[in-house]
Amino acid sequence: MKERELVIVGGGPAAMAAAISAHESGVKDILVLERDQFLGGILNQCIHTGFGLNHFKELLSGPEYAQRFIEKITGIKDIEISLQSFVTNLNSDKELTYLRPGEMEEVRARAIIMATGCRERTREMIHVAGTRPAGIFSAGLAQKLINSEGLLLGQEIVVVGSGDIGLIMARRFTLEGAKVKAVVEIQKESKGLIRNVVQCLDDFNIPLYLSHKISKIYGKHRVEKVDVIAVDDNFNEVQNSRFEIECDTVLISAGLIPENELIEMAQVEMDKKTNTPVSDEINKTSVEGLFVCGNAFKIYDLVDSVTKDSIIAGEMAAEYLGYKK
Amino acid sequence: MQNKTYDIIIIGGGVVGCSIARELSKYNLKVALLEKEVELAFGVSKSNSGIIHPGTQTKAGSLKGRLCVEGNILIRKIAKELGIDFQEVGELIVAFSKDDIAKLEEIKIEAEKLGVKKMSIVDQSWLKENEPNLSKDVVGALFIPSAGIISPYRMTYDLSENAAKNGVEIFTDNEVKGIVVKKANDLEIMTTQRVLKTRYVINAAGLFADDISGMVGLDDFKITPRKGQEFLLDKKRENVVNHIIFPLPTKTSKGVLVIKTSDGNPMVGPTAQDVDDKEDLSTTDDGFKEVLSAVKQMIPSINDSDIIAYFSGLRPVAGEDFIIRHEASVPGFINVSGIQSPGLTAAPAIAKMVCSILQENGLTLIRKKDFKRYRNETTHLFKISKDKARKLIKENEGYGDIVCRCEMVSRKEIEEAIERGATTLDGVKFRTRAQAGRCHGGFCTTRILKILSEKLNVPITEITKRGKGSLIVKGKRAR
Repeated sequence: MKERELVIVGGGPAAMAAAISAHESGVKDILVLERDQFLGGILNQCIHTGFGLNHFKELLSGPEYAQRFIEKITGIKDIEISLQSFVTNLNSDKELTYLRPGEMEEVRARAIIMATGCRERTREMIHVAGTRPAGIFSAGLAQKLINSEGLLLGQEIVVVGSGDIGLIMARRFTLEGAKVKAVVEIQKESKGLIRNVVQCLDDFNIPLYLSHKISKIYGKHRVEKVDVIAVDDNFNEVQNSRFEIECDTVLISAGLIPENELIEMAQVEMDKKTNTPVSDEINKTSVEGLFVCGNAFKIYDLVDSVTKDSIIAGEMAAEYLGYKK
Repeated sequence: MQNKTYDIIIIGGGVVGCSIARELSKYNLKVALLEKEVELAFGVSKSNSGIIHPGTQTKAGSLKGRLCVEGNILIRKIAKELGIDFQEVGELIVAFSKDDIAKLEEIKIEAEKLGVKKMSIVDQSWLKENEPNLSKDVVGALFIPSAGIISPYRMTYDLSENAAKNGVEIFTDNEVKGIVVKKANDLEIMTTQRVLKTRYVINAAGLFADDISGMVGLDDFKITPRKGQEFLLDKKRENVVNHIIFPLPTKTSKGVLVIKTSDGNPMVGPTAQDVDDKEDLSTTDDGFKEVLSAVKQMIPSINDSDIIAYFSGLRPVAGEDFIIRHEASVPGFINVSGIQSPGLTAAPAIAKMVCSILQENGLTLIRKKDFKRYRNETTHLFKISKDKARKLIKENEGYGDIVCRCEMVSRKEIEEAIERGATTLDGVKFRTRAQAGRCHGGFCTTRILKILSEKLNVPITEITKRGKGSLIVKGKRAR
């Protein structure tokens, strides 16, 4: 089994910041494992602006923000970047198995930083009854299909959830000529940034239904309509408040879940509710030398904050490996 | 419109129709199978719970009881021949009181009459050791070791693939619109795409068997859809149970179960509710609550946060028992209708019974000398040893290219599914499990769409979820 000093799993903003920072703190042997064909992670599909105000003091798009890190990291000889590399196993001795086209590799690391990001909550997780036709997308999937693949998904849209991704996608659909008929939020307030509520909904006259939920999806082949219903403070349905919205697309933007199935394999103590490592300190886990940063550690509002904390993760790994500050 | 003459035409591409097709493909016959959906197993079979029942909970004198016990034995051989993953996990029917134990004894006696073997009543200490997550309130259980699990859709696909290899012509997207009975053993079937002539028709049309039967003037049974809602748990809970867990059966169903599946994800359900609409596959909040509360009585540690997916299926109910018979008033027309539970288990035995019925009604069955009994297995990277996987990845780099991260499905497996007949997102999902995991396709749908588009050589805008109007994308952005 090959031995490496530091292995970083992930290739998004958290992984890149951690790798660069670990290198700057003295670590000489770093392997970055990214499962996609490119570095940059989800930033690649975030073509809107709003990134970099804190870190770069500039307003950048997602791909621009990512590009600055990609340029830096690919210029560092001590960092080996392995793309299309998918980790299948991790144990508490910090041994990893990963696959890439044509090879299965095994490596033992002295320290590991997991920067595996998060996944989206699904329609199933928020228990929406009804049928299962085509036309139901998670917001991130819709974003990828539209922004990265240049596809149009539908004409009449209902967005479930008013987190930032939901809001940004409501605007995105509108700009592509679709009609966003409603954004439906079960909470009393939007979970997204105020600037996004203003710039994505108010500016386009998209109605936001607070304290409402989608109770049922209709449609045999493709989505045909949804039931919307008001909820009270305890999220119980308000009688006689049900109404229908005809639509061909339902976008689910109901929150994010840190992806930590690998550290679970390594027996890391987990908080089952948040799917994150139990920790009293940022980026730490119950397994020594195994760190978690970025959205895998906790869900961040801004990528700039991910960068900030992931730089700390790189420093922590370096310190663990014996490099003095 | 084409005109062709067959010995036998099977209507319905579910597990029953495909079992019959494969059985008939052993003989020198001209056989076709018609399916109205764009892919096989898209009807009743896709939402089957995948249990190979031992034969308990069916009446001793019933046709379905006999076929179930026979099928439970036959399926083992078929699974070996076709490389289908069958696991004999055993089942437990649990009891919460002394009275319940008495009922278990009754079930045991009834099942013994049918020929079910090796059953025993087990006590709390046995259960504690062998089924540790079971509720402390369970005082005993009937243990039936011969129960097993299989993937209902993969079984259907594998049977059809082998049938096709042995000469059966399979026409998907061919809904039967009419049947003309010209004279005895001379029937003409009109589908949405073609006209076919045949000597025998086998009606295995599931929920629509009464409609098909009606086309030849028979109206002596009606299919009532009985909806079952099922809920899938995260693969992390794979070992929440070691057996299939049953409560005591009720009048209309076997109750809400905890089911191990061959995909790894345990499943809880189903509900049982008669509905009017043969296409009503909706799930309800009440169904969810009902299943969860029933399951928690048996396995208290199952929570709603474990549930990653849910779906509904419809059981094609036509009275108490299966209807499998040659219709004397329409010579050449054979009904295989009302095949509800335990239809998956019984399917291989039904196929043999249909062969006998055909023989009794004038068809000569001559065995093919070159019948190809075996099928090249599909490989799932995580069901084989590490060394074997390593070798495979070296030989074919596509195995090292993971597309679906939650279920760890490689590009090569998806390509192979398409080569074997998948044309839709659901078809890929049923065959490979890609998109069936905890993220529900959030990450991999884009790539699967592209692979489908490339392999099938159609624009991405024409790929559907499951055929007909279920288009995923509506167009391309103007550049």
